[in-house]
Amino acid sequence: MNRILKTTAIAAAVMGVATVAHARDQIRIVGSSTVYPFASYVTEEFGAVTGNPTPVIESTGSGGGLRLFCNGVGEGTPDITNASRRIKVSELERCIENGVTDVTEVKIGSDGIVFAQSSENEAVDLTLEQLFLAVAAKVPVDGELVDNPYQKWSDIDASLPDREISIYGPPSTSGTRDAFEELAMEVPSEEMEAYGGEAYTEIRSDGAYIDAGENDNLIVQRLSEDTDAFGIFGYSFLVENPNTLIAAAIDGVEAESEAISAGDYPIARSLWFYVKNQHADEVAPLYDYVDMFVSETMIGEGGYLGDLGLIPLPEAEREQTREKVAERAKLQVSDL
Amino acid sequence: MSQTFDEISSQLRKRHRRSARLKWISMGALGLAGLFLLWFFSDMLGKGLPAFQQAQIQVEVDYNEDASRMGRAALDPDLSRLVSRTFERMIPVQIRENPELLGTSETRWVLANAQVDQYLKGHRHKLNEQQVVLVDELLAEGRVELKFNTNFFTTGDSKMAEASGILSAAVGTVMTMLVTLAIAFPIGVMTAVYLEEFAPDNRFTQLIEININNLAAIPSILFGLLGLAIFINFFGVPRSTPLVGGMTLALMTLPVIIIATRTALRSVPDSIRHAAFGVGCSRWQVVRDHVLPLAMPGIMTGSIIGLAQAMGETAPLIIVGMVAFIPDVGASFTEAATVLPAQIFTWAGEPEKAFVEKTAGGILVLLTILIFLNATAVILRKKFERRW
Repeated sequence: MNRILKTTAIAAAVMGVATVAHARDQIRIVGSSTVYPFASYVTEEFGAVTGNPTPVIESTGSGGGLRLFCNGVGEGTPDITNASRRIKVSELERCIENGVTDVTEVKIGSDGIVFAQSSENEAVDLTLEQLFLAVAAKVPVDGELVDNPYQKWSDIDASLPDREISIYGPPSTSGTRDAFEELAMEVPSEEMEAYGGEAYTEIRSDGAYIDAGENDNLIVQRLSEDTDAFGIFGYSFLVENPNTLIAAAIDGVEAESEAISAGDYPIARSLWFYVKNQHADEVAPLYDYVDMFVSETMIGEGGYLGDLGLIPLPEAEREQTREKVAERAKLQVSDL
Repeated sequence: MSQTFDEISSQLRKRHRRSARLKWISMGALGLAGLFLLWFFSDMLGKGLPAFQQAQIQVEVDYNEDASRMGRAALDPDLSRLVSRTFERMIPVQIRENPELLGTSETRWVLANAQVDQYLKGHRHKLNEQQVVLVDELLAEGRVELKFNTNFFTTGDSKMAEASGILSAAVGTVMTMLVTLAIAFPIGVMTAVYLEEFAPDNRFTQLIEININNLAAIPSILFGLLGLAIFINFFGVPRSTPLVGGMTLALMTLPVIIIATRTALRSVPDSIRHAAFGVGCSRWQVVRDHVLPLAMPGIMTGSIIGLAQAMGETAPLIIVGMVAFIPDVGASFTEAATVLPAQIFTWAGEPEKAFVEKTAGGILVLLTILIFLNATAVILRKKFERRW
């Protein structure tokens, strides 16, 4: 019994020692899994080239990242959080409440969500409304909201292919799903009378929409086996599989880099990260990392992140981003 | 009631048929399991073996003035597109550190990028037509080659598939397991010794016993949540470190070790204890000098199996932040690290096709280690097992 007490005491002591840490020179980053491939590329480059320790980067999702980021200032909290959507007013308010008052917002590029199928099929051109009708749980039929009756694409519109509706998409925990719901469901449903001007984001659960897990690679693999199906995932996976996948054009706009960058492609979003300026003194290399991230060799046209599927911002916006970084512009609630 | 010979023999035949049928069904089950295993291994080997080879390319590196700012300038413009960025980006750093390099040049083998590598392995690649022609030419001249991928075992993770390796994850696994063992082994063994040799058999100890058995069956992710709540949020242990990962996995391994130790202790016959008591040993002397040494092989086997289980675990480590991108090989228990299964998980999510073979290669390495550990457990048991 004595031994057990001693062991417990030693374990407790170890934990005690671990809590007494010193000011660190290793940057800690959390946040979006969409931004993760780009950010981890920059962290690796940063560690290799500057001789600073490679920043630790965890993929926690945009919401999870902002929650950790806004927990407060100091040793245990992250210095940067990546996000595949803009920070919400409520989140920024929570940040400020917890003492995280000086945050700089950095916009790094865009990402498109593609609706793609196996390249063995004919190319398809969908309107946003048709896409919505294929995935929504309840749809208007003759002015009444009913459980989605569409089993085939041709049921929605005769011009669409005579194929079963079968869509592999991200689960509800995913940022891609959030963005899809916002851009491909809220937007069209707000314009449809039957929903009374309210946003409708419920996805059908009768088997036509299949939760395919967080791993987009799995969706891509399934599409080459199940050639009738469509998949929803990030643009970078389309770029990586040019021979096996073709994306549907949405509202007549093809899912291409320029169209996404210019904001013409309807299911596109911006990618961001947020820097805790109060850590800038304590974590010395913080702004070296940020400067490297926003440099033209990374986020510019033909930059390294472009090879990974990041869609560069228009030049003027890139300049704006760099200006904000240079003056460490403080994000105010009124900016949102 | 008398039965004719025919009736009896027909019954007998029926019974024999039934037992033969059962035999075939059970053999079929075994065969099916074997087939799955074979399929899994051949799939993993087919996908994973290419990971142990990597394309290299022979280039002329010209350390000129431009190269000290932009690494690419040191290489032939056509070839620079085929060379891994991990090499090219280090050129300015090298020149800065060794200024005497400036103005010299050398011919050397360097890592080719993942596209060249995938092309040579016959996988899908993104080289354009001119580049394919160029690579074919270089191949004919013997200036591009698939060589043994030492990088895979000597570097950490990288975003560039050609340069990524498992060393940082392997070191992380070793450190995490050390922490797990240092905590779970003594606590587990001492708990079991107390419960088995000292504790009275009452309601309270029965309750503890039931709880330990229950803990062994709890989904591992719950231990992750416990680790997050207690170790990170309450004690402030740094996130993503082998320390917190090891402590979390120790919680998971504890019941396994306790149960194995208790079984081992119970299999030591009472006659040993009685004999020791008979010559006047105290209870503690009996346990320390007689029962524990005799039970040790069983305890070791149980601990190794518990450890192997912890080694293959990812779910609780996601929660305590050990599924992270770690290119540097860690050196301390309080530095961020990742472990082998987490590394495999990370690679499986990468969009680049070149990571498919890395994923399978990582699985092969993990499987080898686990088979080795389990084999050690079996050998220990065979060698030291005593029948009473």
